[in-house]
Amino acid sequence: MENGDADGKPKRAAGRLCSICNQKKPALKRPKTLEQICRECFYSVFEEEIHNVIVDNHLFKPGERIAVAASGGKDSTVLAYVLSELNRRHNYGLDLFLLSVDEGITGYRDDSLETVRRNEVQYGLPLKVVSYKDLYGWTMDEIVKTIGLKNNCTFCGVFRRQALDRGAALVRADKLVTGHNADDMAETVLLNILRGDIARLSRCTFITTGEDGPIPRCKPFKYTYEKEIVMYAYFKKLDYFSTECIYSPNAYRGFAREFIKDLERIRPQAILDIIRSGENFRISTSTKMPEQGTCEQCGYISSQKLCKACLLLEGLNRGLPKLGIGRSRGPDRAKKDGKQRTLLSGVKGSDLQSKQCGTLDF
Amino acid sequence: MRLTLEFGGGLELLCNSVKIHHVDVDLKTGEDKLSMRDLLTWIKSNLIKERPEMFVKGDSVRPGILALINDCDWELCGSLDAVVEEKDMVVFISTLHGG
Repeated sequence: MENGDADGKPKRAAGRLCSICNQKKPALKRPKTLEQICRECFYSVFEEEIHNVIVDNHLFKPGERIAVAASGGKDSTVLAYVLSELNRRHNYGLDLFLLSVDEGITGYRDDSLETVRRNEVQYGLPLKVVSYKDLYGWTMDEIVKTIGLKNNCTFCGVFRRQALDRGAALVRADKLVTGHNADDMAETVLLNILRGDIARLSRCTFITTGEDGPIPRCKPFKYTYEKEIVMYAYFKKLDYFSTECIYSPNAYRGFAREFIKDLERIRPQAILDIIRSGENFRISTSTKMPEQGTCEQCGYISSQKLCKACLLLEGLNRGLPKLGIGRSRGPDRAKKDGKQRTLLSGVKGSDLQSKQCGTLDF
Repeated sequence: MRLTLEFGGGLELLCNSVKIHHVDVDLKTGEDKLSMRDLLTWIKSNLIKERPEMFVKGDSVRPGILALINDCDWELCGSLDAVVEEKDMVVFISTLHGG
């Protein structure tokens, strides 16, 4: 529907044209630049900016098998669509496929997986689904029945991180891409400051993580505003799922998110500035960082004897669901004085913790 | 004034899970136009069935909710001061859900 002069409705945005092509009526205001641009110019700058991020950061190499972590939500749906477009247009030579995790949440994940299955057909990308039930012997429904609605997001977040890695390994992926966007990044920087989590703060803005591990992860939407992702999905009529997880309260993250959105309304640039602040933090050399090793039980990367997933699983299986809950601290922490804390955070590179729930807070 | 209102990105859950609403909004006597400010007030009292704080904050939509008038970003049309007319389509989409 156009509201141009032609149909006698010159009232809105009258006389102003797209600041890029200077020909068409603008359709949106870009948060990043405050430019008013038309739909076609929006598609091309949106896609080309992501292409530039991919090229400038050497995210992919020709011939790589890339797993797109797909939840059926807006970010991963747009990511799968844009990546397959760019792969064709710029001859990346990537072998793309969708990877989904079935947490076993009735009425939520079963519905969103239907969306991913439609995406499989719409974008012609093969889909692999791994389930908590197969990997851990428990569905989230069963876990919540046992432990209640406290800490359930911790289980889900830790399990999802490993499930994606294991799924990616199963299908022999070289890399995993996730749909974390600029708003998510800003929120995570803020949360890591609020929690004093220096280990995560230092790596949460990296565009690629886990390069020393088996499956590196990267975030092509690191600088992409959530508003533009949603506008893109709306204008392109992409099919995505948007219902809040029935188990997700996560109030603390909710406050951070709300704060970021309030800031964005006053000054949209704030989001990129927070990311830049995160990128430029330097960790004091006297801060002791966790040493990385591998889990004695499953071999997954871990800074403790057991990785967080194995610890949580042991608690579940032994009927001690509190095991592994709360920030883990190094055994030597008690010996240190208060000035020099050992900053440990369970599973390595847990920047995915930044998006603990497949659905963030409503 | 007849309008088509659409709620997406999870906002439909606040209005009985119905996405598209064809509505007739009564105008103040003597006026033939409606501002978005007035429309939001009307929506809050006529369409939103639960948790209105998920839709409005202060006198505007909650930050993180996008609004489009005839598929044009309302930020280009004056936001709260934008004027809607007969048969316009207004869309609200929440960006606050995960992905």
